[in-house]
Amino acid sequence: MTEKKHLLSILVDNEPGVLSRITGLFSGRGYNIESLSVAETVDPGISRITMVTKGSPMIIEQIQKQLNKLINVLKVIDLTGTQYVEREMALIKVNARADHRAEILRITDIFRGQVVDVGMEHFTLKIEGDAEKIEAVLNLLKPFGIREIARTGCVALPRENR
Amino acid sequence: MKLKGADILLKMLQEEGVDTIFGYPGGAVIDIYDALMEEKSINHVLVRHEQGAAHAADGYARASGKVGVCLVTSGPGATNTVTGIASAYMDSIPIVILTGQVPTALIGNDAFQEVDIVGITRPCTKHNYLVKDVRNLARTIKEAFYIARSGRPGPVLVDLPKDVVNATTQFNVPGEVKLKTYNPTYKPNIKQLNKVVELIAKSQKPVIFSGGGVSLSKGHQELTELARKLQIPVTSTLMGLGGFPGTDPLWLGMLGMHGTFRANMAVSECDLLLSVGVRFDDRVTGKIDEFAPNAKIVQIDIDPTSIQKTVPVHVPVVGDCKISLAEINTLVDKKKWEGLTETRKPWLGQIDEWKQTTPLAYEQGEVIKPQYVIDTLYDITGGDAIITTEVGQNQMWAAQYYHVKEPGHFITSGGLGAMGFGLPAAIGAQVGAPGSTVVDIAGDGSIQMNIQELATAVQYNLPVKVVILNNGFLGMVRQWQELFYKRRYSSTQFVHAPDFVKLAEAYGAVGLRAKTPDEVASVLRQGLECNRPVVMDFVVEPEESVYPMVPAGAPIKKMLLV
Repeated sequence: MTEKKHLLSILVDNEPGVLSRITGLFSGRGYNIESLSVAETVDPGISRITMVTKGSPMIIEQIQKQLNKLINVLKVIDLTGTQYVEREMALIKVNARADHRAEILRITDIFRGQVVDVGMEHFTLKIEGDAEKIEAVLNLLKPFGIREIARTGCVALPRENR
Repeated sequence: MKLKGADILLKMLQEEGVDTIFGYPGGAVIDIYDALMEEKSINHVLVRHEQGAAHAADGYARASGKVGVCLVTSGPGATNTVTGIASAYMDSIPIVILTGQVPTALIGNDAFQEVDIVGITRPCTKHNYLVKDVRNLARTIKEAFYIARSGRPGPVLVDLPKDVVNATTQFNVPGEVKLKTYNPTYKPNIKQLNKVVELIAKSQKPVIFSGGGVSLSKGHQELTELARKLQIPVTSTLMGLGGFPGTDPLWLGMLGMHGTFRANMAVSECDLLLSVGVRFDDRVTGKIDEFAPNAKIVQIDIDPTSIQKTVPVHVPVVGDCKISLAEINTLVDKKKWEGLTETRKPWLGQIDEWKQTTPLAYEQGEVIKPQYVIDTLYDITGGDAIITTEVGQNQMWAAQYYHVKEPGHFITSGGLGAMGFGLPAAIGAQVGAPGSTVVDIAGDGSIQMNIQELATAVQYNLPVKVVILNNGFLGMVRQWQELFYKRRYSSTQFVHAPDFVKLAEAYGAVGLRAKTPDEVASVLRQGLECNRPVVMDFVVEPEESVYPMVPAGAPIKKMLLV
């Protein structure tokens, strides 16, 4: 069976050890975590985990069931195939010698990014979007020499019915 | 009322109906033990190793139907229970493990006898807690018992730092547990059940495949009713033994790697597999692609993760096994089942033929056959004993030759396969079912893993019987080496072994030995009649193997028969 990426939104009790239960479940059962992002929701007692995982339909079904089985998990939503909005933010530290600066700024502009830090030899750029957009920027910046990257991982919310 | 943490703990145990704790004291739980001195309604059984406490709580839970409880200290006390916890988790047995912990201020400092037991047991408990504030203690204990016994049962660990146990707070008995994140589905979807009944009606060659879930939900009567009413033969997993009477003509015997010929054939040929409370373990399915290849598969289970985990299912039913079976029986009663006897005739005839041509068999010669010991034990006890087992050949022969009649009478480490389980589990079972005859069927390897618990049995006058099938080998591994590793017996022979009769006597138990087949019945009788703990050492055929055997990874139809 073919493996497919799935975007899961998981609501959990906001208490110590919960993240470890979830990552432990994934490592113990050999499931993949491609990215993971966690923060408090409107209700401070509840956190939202946004996770990108990969697997065959049978594995994805198991992942959802196993997550639901954890006592601290409130709700698991598979956003894949539904209407949702998705964003990721990346900080990219790229080499920026004088003769390359204009070109790098142009790329940043095209992708509606920002320069958040400047040095004699580098820019640090902030880029937002879905994972594909960030990959595209990284590809374009690669020739200049990327020094470091920090990515938030994907966050997502379902769209409301209009 | 203001109370100390230790007293709150004991009050809550009373609230939960706990009458027995299996435990072992230590620095971090000394205050709980001190409080226990005053608490006459709770009986404490002092084991000799914390692993024994966890297995005993497991055996107690299975024999009594209540939640088993063990209490151990921090660090090594806690880590020693891990095998017992993992075993209870795999077999879905409700136990609560109370572990001491270093004071909260020291947690994380590598303090003396500190270990992160909540972290260690996260993957092998249903849930676990570290109580950081005495004000949460009562509620946590209440939740722990609720989670352990509800839904798919399992072990729950509560870690109790020493300062929390010593702190004082206002005590009120907490109200009913309601967790917004945990709400097991007991009542099955009626539409799904209608589909199940339709499939049964269409089926020519149905088989019921029952598992531990039937015993855990106490659905054995409903299962028996359904099978008998519609003349459906029944096989089971190791954990399912006792969920259907092993003496019934519809009983096929156990399924899987060491299942009976007729059970493995029937499942391979059936057109409907009605699975109840099973999780399709690899030891049962063999090669998964060729498991029940012609069958529509129904799976009833309270745990959604069990459904479709390894085997694709045609009709999944999430619900309690007992409730689901009762509902199916009601639906079945509303339908006309004309000509049922005629319809079933060819199928039951075929099964009978398999039974006649290839029964479970052994030949008793000059040396005692292990199967003969269990056969004789079955005859003498009339099948009424509570059997616990160790792990390996002893366990498989017990499953094949002791025809268990009711749930809670075959207590074994099924999923984890933990050697050393049988004796402490027998002790727990004897405490949980005081009037019963409890027999641990052991091998000479397994029994040495927790033999120290003989002292516990003697101290508390628990008249458990240990039947050692002594072949001088780690028999199951030896059997694999014989069959698949060209008889290269790497580290499976015990060149030195203790004299089990003398050992029993040294512990204050009774030791008996049988060396020839004609001594078997008399030793068993003498042992069973004695009202003290007894170790019976049967010197059996050293290289006897368990058959049928499905080689690992082969389809269950491809059995080695001799």
